[in-house]
Amino acid sequence: MNVIEMRGIVKRFGVVIANAGIDFDLAEGEAHALLGENGAGKSTLMKILYGLYTPDAGEIRVRGRTVHFSSPAGALAQGIGLVSQHFSLVPTFTVAENIALGYTSGVRFDERAAAVAVSATAARFQLDIDPATQVRHLSVGEQQRVEILKALHRECRVLILDEPTAVLTPQETESLFAAIRRLVEQGLSVVFISHKLDEVLAVSDRVTVLRDGRIVSETPTRETSQASLARLMVGRERDTTPYVTFGVSRSDGAVAGPPLLRLEDVHALDDRRLPALRGLTLTVGAGEIVGVAGVAGNGQRELSQVLSGLRHPSRGRVVVGDDSVEITRATPAEVTAHGVGRIPEDRLAAVVADLTVAENLALEHLGEFMHRGRLDREKMRRRAEALIAEYGIKASPDDRARTLSGGNLQKLILARVLSRNPRVVIAAEPTRGLDVGATEYVRGKLLEARDRGAAVLMISEDLDEVLALSDRIAVIYEGRLSGVLSASEADPEGLGLMMAGRSQNPQISQMDTHGSNDLRPSAPSADFPVGRD
Amino acid sequence: MDVVIDLAAATLRVATPLLFAALGEVYAERAGVLNLGIEGTMFIGALTGFLVGYVSQSVWLGLLAAVTVGVLAGALMGLLTVTLGLNQHVSGLGTTLLATGLALFVYRLAFSAPSVQPKSPAFSLLEPPAALGPFASLFKQYGLTYVALLFVPLTWWVLYRTTFGLNLRAVGENPEAADTAGVNVFRVRYAALMIGGALMATGGAFLSLAQLGTFTFGIVAGRGWIAIALVIFGSWHPLKVFGGALLFGALSALQLRLQAEGVAIPYQALLALPYLVTILALAVAGRNTSYPAALLKPYRRE
Amino acid sequence: MLRLKLEASAAPAWQRGLIPILAVVVTFALTAALVVLARANPLEAFYYFLIEPFTARSTAIEILVKTTPLLLTGVAVAFAFAAGYYNIGAEGQLYAGAIAAAWLGPQVSGVPAIVAVPLMLIVGFAAGALWALPPAWLKARLNVDEVVTTLLLNSVIVFFASALLNGPWRDPISGWPQSPEIAASAHLPVLLARSRLHLGALVGVAAAIAFGWVLRRTAFGLRMRAVGLGREAARFMGVNVARTTLIAALVSGGIAGLAGVSEVAGIHYHLIESISPGYGYSGIVVATLGGLNAVGVGLAALFIGLILTGALEVSRALGVPSYLGDVVQATLLLVTLALLLLSRYRLRRV
Repeated sequence: MNVIEMRGIVKRFGVVIANAGIDFDLAEGEAHALLGENGAGKSTLMKILYGLYTPDAGEIRVRGRTVHFSSPAGALAQGIGLVSQHFSLVPTFTVAENIALGYTSGVRFDERAAAVAVSATAARFQLDIDPATQVRHLSVGEQQRVEILKALHRECRVLILDEPTAVLTPQETESLFAAIRRLVEQGLSVVFISHKLDEVLAVSDRVTVLRDGRIVSETPTRETSQASLARLMVGRERDTTPYVTFGVSRSDGAVAGPPLLRLEDVHALDDRRLPALRGLTLTVGAGEIVGVAGVAGNGQRELSQVLSGLRHPSRGRVVVGDDSVEITRATPAEVTAHGVGRIPEDRLAAVVADLTVAENLALEHLGEFMHRGRLDREKMRRRAEALIAEYGIKASPDDRARTLSGGNLQKLILARVLSRNPRVVIAAEPTRGLDVGATEYVRGKLLEARDRGAAVLMISEDLDEVLALSDRIAVIYEGRLSGVLSASEADPEGLGLMMAGRSQNPQISQMDTHGSNDLRPSAPSADFPVGRD
Repeated sequence: MDVVIDLAAATLRVATPLLFAALGEVYAERAGVLNLGIEGTMFIGALTGFLVGYVSQSVWLGLLAAVTVGVLAGALMGLLTVTLGLNQHVSGLGTTLLATGLALFVYRLAFSAPSVQPKSPAFSLLEPPAALGPFASLFKQYGLTYVALLFVPLTWWVLYRTTFGLNLRAVGENPEAADTAGVNVFRVRYAALMIGGALMATGGAFLSLAQLGTFTFGIVAGRGWIAIALVIFGSWHPLKVFGGALLFGALSALQLRLQAEGVAIPYQALLALPYLVTILALAVAGRNTSYPAALLKPYRRE
Repeated sequence: MLRLKLEASAAPAWQRGLIPILAVVVTFALTAALVVLARANPLEAFYYFLIEPFTARSTAIEILVKTTPLLLTGVAVAFAFAAGYYNIGAEGQLYAGAIAAAWLGPQVSGVPAIVAVPLMLIVGFAAGALWALPPAWLKARLNVDEVVTTLLLNSVIVFFASALLNGPWRDPISGWPQSPEIAASAHLPVLLARSRLHLGALVGVAAAIAFGWVLRRTAFGLRMRAVGLGREAARFMGVNVARTTLIAALVSGGIAGLAGVSEVAGIHYHLIESISPGYGYSGIVVATLGGLNAVGVGLAALFIGLILTGALEVSRALGVPSYLGDVVQATLLLVTLALLLLSRYRLRRV
């Protein structure tokens, strides 16, 4: 019996057609994967089911009865719950308070009773959680469990999970899959939205593939394969190697020059004064790209901030250049002055949205456009025009930065940074949120910088990107490097294990801390932590 | 000993308007709105209480009218900051300026330039039972003072033991999460502002209706701003805010006492003391972890 | 069901130009109720508010006289706001400047005016800046919210002025709380014969011009705007946010201090308790109405000056309490903000 039937669903956003007439069924007691690339329409379809959007056409039936949802309250009333990628949790509330929010009746709120009820639900589905803990003290995986528990506590029989593994370690992913199987065994239905082929094959009973707003196939999982799913997803037989290089080539075999960036035993605290970096040591040489891979939340943000001068390490040193200038306690202005180009992960925090393109391009180096305090706006404009032309930024110098698209904004930042030929480039999440064209452009520019002799440190949560661009790969886990390998030695599975804290190789090769082929024994690597303590 | 009891009694009396105002501000700020309209609300509450009391010759009507005006002032703040999503600082100051201007206008309209200060009926002190002996004078307070004291545990209970309080705190920390959970963020913020406004206006009405039954232009004298400081000082928690109000009440009572005793320090210095201490306290307290995370951010549905 | 949605879309420039006019119309419509309550005709009140002051030389000049302190506090507040620093303490900084002027004024009797007057301005500026220092430092170093601290200090310095005026500076002969007369050479020269218009007006204009120039034509101004419009991004790009904020706050305080000098040395020639009927707070209204740019602030100051003058005329002619002017100011502020916001959105049917 189908618990959900969606027929002829159409949804437009302006000129974009997100869903172009979709029929979708969900049976009782099944785990159904919804697979497709970014923008295929999977999230939209499920948001319609959850009442966040209203369809322009089509109908939804729950257990045979036609329903109309004007808001998630309607969907919840029908037993449909959604766990999205961004959690809706109040950090200072306990688990019990978060689950009770919006679900209490009457004037009084009894926290203890709520906690007991939550424990009962948790036990029923074997989800391990302490109702009295404050949510902000939970790990990401545990927070996701709270979100799931929220839906289950409201007697949801249909659970929609939108890209749930994006923020989980491989081990947490295993836990999640086990939980999904338990739910399905108890008769619940789970929709699993994903773009990851291996996960879909691992957890689902049926898989529906979407492409460009339409259903292209719907098959039981055991009757399909990664290769055919990949083909359906993109419309052609895809190279089954798990990482795509977008046609960007890397000149293999190049040897890195002298170290231009050295982090020595860097320790740093995060905003909550908890340790975020715990003794990170890494060297990047001239003419190489070192990619730092890892699951979000393992210190990448703090690492990027330390290298930008926005956060001071509590211990350790950061040194740049062959003249070994120390920038450990430098301000952002000093860091830039010492030849470090910074491409931050949050574009919007690196440009002032209401200032013009020309002003944003000039702000990092105002000294050049100043003459005894007065601003030379003509010079600023000319420089802006030159950079706009060189980097293909689709904007004019007097446009406010706010009006630029993500890709153009990134080009602006690249222009600002790379036009000064920095000897060190720090790039954090350089292609996040960009379309294919912009992504190719950005990666090309990073390679260009490398070929010019800069030392490039790239921090990216996109493992494919790290594998595609890096000469050496370092994996960060809980503020330390759990492994550093050359690209040729790296494979996704091994990296995945390192991302979860375990290192394949307890002994590090000499290639690890220094990029050179210098085989002389380096300083004892006993201080280089491998795996968990 | 008598001196101590007298000072304690004076402390409670002086702390009453501060307590009303500060508790009112707690509701607003815990829901994520900084209500700088507090000073104006207290002022117009004082004026309304006095004027209606004068016209109707009934303190209770005066008080009721003040509460009503307070609710309206809160609703205005809601319109500006919640519905329109305007900058909270400027909305609050605008509300204070508006309320103050309106109050002055209406007062001048009612009494053009009185040679004799007009008086309204006033609340009187409640006589304590003689059985309390030496402590009797501590309990010689206005009824409203007891009401203010009652609002302390009441506010605690509302915030932590009711659904409304849970929703209010959620809205002040993460309005998106509250919205997703089905809480009507706009309605909760409006409610918080209106309850707060009622309390603030009551604090103002206490100033004009208790003791003297008069109204002067300097009647509020910045107590609204002190209440704002008290809320921060008390980490947005009703019990700690109460402690702060008592502390300031004590300082002010002390100042009045010293002034009466003819101590050589200019009384203005003692008046300024609470403000300076507050600034010091703010510097020391720094950024609290109990800061309602969504304070000052307007909420807009995508 | 009709569903409406607000969509962000910048209104075309001509629409934005209409906003001040629309704001004025809406404001007067809203405040008409109060005029009626005072048993007067709203249209007549409108006339006395906005038009009648121009009809006589004395009142027309009075507009400029009232505009002077408003222009100074307006520029002061706008300067700080542009850097993202909410200086609500202009009132207190004004008092600081006034106190300094009242202190120096009587002491420069032997000094020629050409030295005394600039000296008064400098001392007033310094006093205002000094009074702005504690909250600014607390903000820059400890991130203490400047709104509350500047507000509280307003009260403190008003108490201080009162203590001075009722104590050491009390007039020994009359017993009034007013400070000793400042020396004749310290008077701000009158600009137009038989009027109260004094040099302060030119100082105000100069401040506005300087404000505009700094903001648009200097590197510091660009950094200030960056901090005001995008603090974190500015920090990322290497701007020293703490120092920029501090300087903006101090300059703001100084200019507000000049407003104090203007009132003491240009109008009253001594300090009194009510030296400022809220010019510091009106400065916030002026800065907001003026959109944080020099020309806007100038026009807004003129308009509020007109309102304040007009309020007195309305009171004189129609018996409506002059506090109507305060109500109009506050309403105008809120209405303008609301209209500015609405102009950035369009209602669309969904």
